[in-house]
Amino acid sequence: MEKAKETYVLKMDNIAKEYYGNRVLKGVNLHIRPGEIHALMGENGAGKSTLMNILFGMPVIHTTGGYEGSIEVNGSPVNIDTPLKAMELGIGMVHQEFMLIPGFTVTENIKVGREKTMPNLVSRLFGPSMESLDLKAMRRDARKALKTIGLQIEEYVKVAGLPVGYMQFIEIARELDKTGIQILVFDEPTAVLTESEAERLLEAMRVISSQGIAIIFITHRLDEVMAVADSMTILRDGEFVARKEIKDTNVVEIAELMIGRKMEKLVDNSSKDTRTIDDSQIAVSLRNYRVNMPGERVKGIDLDIKKGEIFGIGGLAGQGKLGIPNGIMGLYKAEGQVKINGRELNLAKLGDALDHKVAFVSEDRRGVGLLLDESIEENIIFSAMQTNGKFLKKIGWMRLYDGAAGKSHAEDMVKTLDIRCTGIRQPAGALSGGNQQKVCLARALTLEPDILFVSEPTRGIDIGAKKLVLEYLAKLNREQGMTVIIVSSELMELRSVADRIGIVSDGKLACILKPDDSDADFGLAMSGAWKGERKDA
Amino acid sequence: MNRKSKINVRDFVFHNKVVLMFLVLCVGATIASKQPLTFVIPELFTRIARNSFIVLSLIIPVIAGMGLNFGIVIGAMAAQVAIFLTTYWGLTGVGGFAATVALSTPIAVFFGFLVGRLFNYMKGNEMIGGLVLGYFAEGLYQLLFLFIFGGVIKLHNTNLMIPTGIGVKNTIDLKDTVKYALDTVPMLTIVEVGFYLVLIVLVCSTAFKLVKKQEINWKSVVMKAVAAAVIYGLTFIKPVEQFLSADRLLLLSAVEIGCLLTVLWQAFLFIRWKVQARRADEDTIEEPFNMQKAVAYVVLAAVVYGLTYIPTLFNVLIAVKLPVMTYLCIGALCGFNNILMRTRLGQNMRTVGQSRTVANAAGINVDKTRVIAMIFSTVLASWGQLIFLQNVGTLSTYGAHTQVGQFAIAALLVGGASVQNATNKQALLGIVLFHTLFIVSPLAGKELFGDPVIGEYFRVFVSYGVIAMSLAMHAWKKASKPKVEGEGSAEAA
Repeated sequence: MEKAKETYVLKMDNIAKEYYGNRVLKGVNLHIRPGEIHALMGENGAGKSTLMNILFGMPVIHTTGGYEGSIEVNGSPVNIDTPLKAMELGIGMVHQEFMLIPGFTVTENIKVGREKTMPNLVSRLFGPSMESLDLKAMRRDARKALKTIGLQIEEYVKVAGLPVGYMQFIEIARELDKTGIQILVFDEPTAVLTESEAERLLEAMRVISSQGIAIIFITHRLDEVMAVADSMTILRDGEFVARKEIKDTNVVEIAELMIGRKMEKLVDNSSKDTRTIDDSQIAVSLRNYRVNMPGERVKGIDLDIKKGEIFGIGGLAGQGKLGIPNGIMGLYKAEGQVKINGRELNLAKLGDALDHKVAFVSEDRRGVGLLLDESIEENIIFSAMQTNGKFLKKIGWMRLYDGAAGKSHAEDMVKTLDIRCTGIRQPAGALSGGNQQKVCLARALTLEPDILFVSEPTRGIDIGAKKLVLEYLAKLNREQGMTVIIVSSELMELRSVADRIGIVSDGKLACILKPDDSDADFGLAMSGAWKGERKDA
Repeated sequence: MNRKSKINVRDFVFHNKVVLMFLVLCVGATIASKQPLTFVIPELFTRIARNSFIVLSLIIPVIAGMGLNFGIVIGAMAAQVAIFLTTYWGLTGVGGFAATVALSTPIAVFFGFLVGRLFNYMKGNEMIGGLVLGYFAEGLYQLLFLFIFGGVIKLHNTNLMIPTGIGVKNTIDLKDTVKYALDTVPMLTIVEVGFYLVLIVLVCSTAFKLVKKQEINWKSVVMKAVAAAVIYGLTFIKPVEQFLSADRLLLLSAVEIGCLLTVLWQAFLFIRWKVQARRADEDTIEEPFNMQKAVAYVVLAAVVYGLTYIPTLFNVLIAVKLPVMTYLCIGALCGFNNILMRTRLGQNMRTVGQSRTVANAAGINVDKTRVIAMIFSTVLASWGQLIFLQNVGTLSTYGAHTQVGQFAIAALLVGGASVQNATNKQALLGIVLFHTLFIVSPLAGKELFGDPVIGEYFRVFVSYGVIAMSLAMHAWKKASKPKVEGEGSAEAA
């Protein structure tokens, strides 16, 4: 009995990985028993996907110097260096974004790359690739795999147009159809499913694991983990936190383990807080606000942000927090009522938000935020020039760029924000991430906004620059009374700078928390397991 | 209900707008040209025989996701190198043609391999790559024909070489060598050769199975042999023998035979269904016999047969003589395109064409599959060019290949194909429409404007215009795709 407990189908020990000097995994262990459902949990960036990439021998790992540590499958050490090798070892993956071909039938998708064939005269001459397809046998296999997971669907229909939930099941059926499958990885499988679909999926997972196939279940949803998993591993910042049996733990403990880190003050709040925030003055008011941003959908939010506060919007990736500013700025289709300082915003009109003196620093710096080939000066100036008509001089009927004014303003900004560059003529694309972010910020500030949305302000920039950006945001708020709304995946920075933090989960506002609320509260809210009333801090 | 059908009509028009537009143009231009159908139709059938093969060679790369293969020009060059050499060696007739095919194939395989390798470095830009590659290959081709032939490799033939002895003449007459070599194979020979081929295949496959100790379905082997023998036996009947001894087939006879075969095939299906229904087992029920469809086919055959009695149609039908062997080759290629898609290789090509990511994840060697698709296309294009040349009868050494890619691609697109999707039907329909326009537009220009140059201008304009329009529409469709997907999943969520 004791011995049986110690057999693992998969043992990954002391796994470490470095990307260009940046250690993303620092000695992680992952032990999976046969036939168990093992949850792998952690915030975005905790190292889950890197760990899975190592398990699958993805090229991205091996082109960047490989990994450290050992992997054992069924007790014997293996070296997984290609996805094919992983496949041969019986490791399968149900991808988050479906690896299905819409134009193919269900059968063809399930049997893709592993078609059943019959030899014919030509194939005897030219080799097995000319063998003709045995459609009957393929259909039989597909039916069998579909039956295992209990999906009632005709195997000859095309995948295009099927509901999302079905596609997920077809992916699973395809993995199950592979012979000798031992470990099946589900990468956030319920993220795109409706509640009833998700329930069916969990049921299917139970059925699969009861057949002796181990499941690695990557998810953010605590309630699902509690419902199906047998054991779990928690990662945080690339470090191994704990391996727990589900029966020995509870939701609150897991939430704490996921978030738990000592509060570091990212911002020196030496300047005294002399603000007076009036509860009746609302800067941004959202009612039944929806945004159709792919991957970051907002599904009905009611929210009031007070004038003069720093409001943080947190939540895990894909839950919809990024959709909020993007919808207001008109970059994605949005509906519902949005009032800026009491005046209603026309969501259909691109640029209307700018006219309401709302500025936005996008999370997509290189795509939306910057003109990479243009100079720092032009990047800082051009929005204000277009929207407010600044930095222009009139000569007769022409309105020309006022080079002197633009130059002095840009130089000013470079100085205040400490943008490290060779000069304001340097192309923005040549700057480092942190300095690019500062240029984005400079451009937003040049618009002289009342309300500033900053999306992922510190993504991809080093700790020093992070501190400077956050401090500057705080300074703007304190000194100029600007309402600042920070949208960020990094809870730590929100908790160190914001007055209130709204947590978005599944496109809805889970709750509004104070920065000094407990880790468990934040963990629960982010994992969609917030059971309490909507709490307004 | 009414509204729904209206929307369907609108959808139909929208999806087939290119085809419909060309249909209108063809009919209009034919009427404007004031040419009798007895002139237009025979001319059209000649061009179908000439050009179909090369257009059909475009389908495989489209399915493999490589877009429209402008690289078929290189296949055409391989064919021309081969035909020049066999002409120099003085090979003639069907044998000479077969030798040319045999010679052009390895050259085309090699070229196709190189093109495929190159295309793997420029995934997503194969079309522009193929176009430019065609121009580049043109340079090498000219080097070969203008300098190496005669300059490096000494060739002594005053008919082929220019007087200085270095460089090949502008035009080479194929009249005494392979002109009509394929077109004039008598039907009798075809049936005879077909009979022996069937026998050889049956013997070989049975022998193979015997050696490998696999199960042999003796009944089916004997049945096939008997069927082949019966058909061969029929040719010994005098009237049949006389009919088959010709090398061309009257279109009238072709239509009649077609109608007869349709009826016979449906009857066969019906009988097979009856027999199988008696011993019903699960696997055979997968394809139930569709009575309505069968009746519709029979009625259609009868109607078509009836139409041949209309005098105007009759006059057209007896004016057209089909080169049987050439049309059989075209039919065989259509069949090949279909059968290939039912093999593992074909399925891999389809997968690669639909999504390289999925194919990769499924363990398919994407690059290899694409190279194979390219080799197929290049070889088929070289054969297509040979068929074209043997029908035309002269080889314009420096011009025959230049517009091959462009015209073939325009024809395919006119038939309703796109960069991502092409079928045999679209290819054949496209050839009919495109070449009808080719035939009548100079004449229509002359009738309408008193100047054939305007018609000529129009047809060149059309071939470029079609390609540009179709590519633009493809790009437009692609650009609007993510939006549609987003909306779709929004509804699902």
